[in-house]
Amino acid sequence: MTVMEQRGAYRPTPPPAWQPRMDPAPLLPDAEPYRVLGTDAAAKADPALLRRLYAHLVRGRRYNAQATALTKQGRLAVYPSSTGQEACEVAAALALEERDWLFPSYRDTLAVVARGVDPVHALTLLRGDWHTGYDPHEHRVAPLCTPLATQLPHAVGLAHAAHLKGDDVVALALVGDGGSSEGDFHEALNFAAVWQAPVVFLVQNNGFAISVPLAKQTAAPSLAHKAVGYGMPGRLVDGNDAVAVHQVLSEAVRHARAGGGPTLIEAVTYRVEAHTNADDDKRYRADAEVETWRAHDPIALLERELTERGLIDEDGIRHAREDAERLAADLREHMNQDPALDPMDLFAHVYAEPTPQLQEQRDQLAAELEAEREGAHR
Amino acid sequence: MTTVALKPATMAQALTRALRDAMADDPAVHVMGEDVGTLGGVFRVTDGLAQEFGEDRCTDTPLAEAGILGTAVGMAMYGLRPVVEMQFDAFAYPAFEQLISHVSRMRNRTRGTMPLPITIRVPYGGGIGGVEHHSDSSEAYYMATPGLHVVTPATVADAYGLLRAAIASDDPVVFLEPKRLYWSKDSWNPEEPSAVEPIGRAVVRRSGRSATLITYGPSVPVCLEAAEAARAEGWDLEVVDLRSLVPFDDETVSASVRRTGRAVVVHESGGFGGPGGEIAARVTERCFHYLEAPVLRVAGFDIPYPPPMLERHHLPGVDRILDAVGRLQWEAES
Repeated sequence: MTVMEQRGAYRPTPPPAWQPRMDPAPLLPDAEPYRVLGTDAAAKADPALLRRLYAHLVRGRRYNAQATALTKQGRLAVYPSSTGQEACEVAAALALEERDWLFPSYRDTLAVVARGVDPVHALTLLRGDWHTGYDPHEHRVAPLCTPLATQLPHAVGLAHAAHLKGDDVVALALVGDGGSSEGDFHEALNFAAVWQAPVVFLVQNNGFAISVPLAKQTAAPSLAHKAVGYGMPGRLVDGNDAVAVHQVLSEAVRHARAGGGPTLIEAVTYRVEAHTNADDDKRYRADAEVETWRAHDPIALLERELTERGLIDEDGIRHAREDAERLAADLREHMNQDPALDPMDLFAHVYAEPTPQLQEQRDQLAAELEAEREGAHR
Repeated sequence: MTTVALKPATMAQALTRALRDAMADDPAVHVMGEDVGTLGGVFRVTDGLAQEFGEDRCTDTPLAEAGILGTAVGMAMYGLRPVVEMQFDAFAYPAFEQLISHVSRMRNRTRGTMPLPITIRVPYGGGIGGVEHHSDSSEAYYMATPGLHVVTPATVADAYGLLRAAIASDDPVVFLEPKRLYWSKDSWNPEEPSAVEPIGRAVVRRSGRSATLITYGPSVPVCLEAAEAARAEGWDLEVVDLRSLVPFDDETVSASVRRTGRAVVVHESGGFGGPGGEIAARVTERCFHYLEAPVLRVAGFDIPYPPPMLERHHLPGVDRILDAVGRLQWEAES
């Protein structure tokens, strides 16, 4: 056969190894954030759930205010407030079963408390008396994670391990819009999808990574769209609509538990307060912008629904606020006591057994402390 | 009593056997990394494990070292004992944040309630003709990170015994495998593998009276060769194989230097900010009055790892070691 004859017989085909792997269309998020409050769907929401969400939201806001006040009194080293984002925090905790795991970032103290961790122990990192104040296994809450997005692969690995062991445990990982730019975000989502791990990623898009707005963070159509590139569904939800967030999260958790694999959820919300008490948000955003979000307040949205449906009255609202005040008073009382510190703890947990080198250093510190005590008595 | 014939085995085979035995003994042990499954690893250390234990126990992961170590953290949180393979020393760098911010600190962060029994296997060092990024000696970074154990075998038997100990450890262990010793052979009984070696104990590989060569990993055979060559010069050199950089066996090292009065630290890693500086300082602090000469270091140069056609000039060899031994102020003795 001549070359020309071969050419004549050639029919262009796709590259040999190529095959369509998946139709991306079902993975795409909705065009607009999913909402329940203020829509017809609200009527179908379970009244007990609404009341429960409301009570947690009110507690959460009061907790944030109290913690920020404690920074001003020198009782907390720093506090990254989640005021404005309470719906995401509370829904995250309430969407999980007891046996599930929560992987919070440093702004997620409310979710940690809503999950059942002691409100004082949840602040240990930010108080500065240790790095974590609770046993993660007790409530299945990983330590508050400071390096952004680095807790996401942990959530994937834990979910994968649980799946391998035959336990129907789901991991929920919390991250922000800034964290979605980190390499670990990408690697975690990729591993999760390849392994079909029972894990849910909730991105709280609160508009800012400290001062940097979302437009400088990503050129994606939305953060939820990133899911498609990994082969998992992306969901977009109004992050200030506690019922909507709870519903979307619960569906994703059910999907994961049933073996359906991971979901990426972007909750559109807003950090109403500065990054932390040490930040000055007037340098990077206008008051008017903040005010538009105050008008879309998660507590007000839910309160209106409860009131209009007659699910709560003045007494109910007052009761929720009194409950939150008790939480704040309790927090104040505990945080105004100096924590018990033992400098020897510095060497106790570096390894299962201190190395000979650490034993020497521990002895040195013990001698320094002894000298300090003797000096004080002189 | 029957004597089992010892057969020559390679370090790679001993490592494979250690992984296999650990996986057989404990269902919590999971091997994961790039190409560790079907292929058996680029150095074949995980050969046969996926076939024997299934791909859930010996898993080919996506190509992402931070993801490999980060997911291993989560698996360890749930009670597994991941053994992670970093394909080459320099490819372990993407995993540094997970290693330093989480693996090394989780036990301490959680007051001991969340230990991470993870073994991180890292083929390291040069001498194999590797192109750039395939020959780094990164142990100084690991040594400088509190919370990690750093272990490196130099013999076939230790490869087995130390890897078993690393996997059994409740603390994270960076297990540095000297690449150029993967194919080194030793008499070894695969029917009855050597005992699990405790982490943190150095061993005297060769007894001598004149001076101590303090070394580890790929430089151990080089030092033994130098010690043989030194006999012609009238020097009887002792060779200490550290085996564990963290914890550091001050006792064995100091005892040796006190006997000999002279010491040279030998490693491939660069000298400036390298392990040798720490070791020399520790020896000096503990043995000052026994020393006849300053503790010297023979190290790789403080340069990016050279291209393969030039690496022999970089790696500490017998001549450079003997040259250092010659500078240990012998004239002052007479």
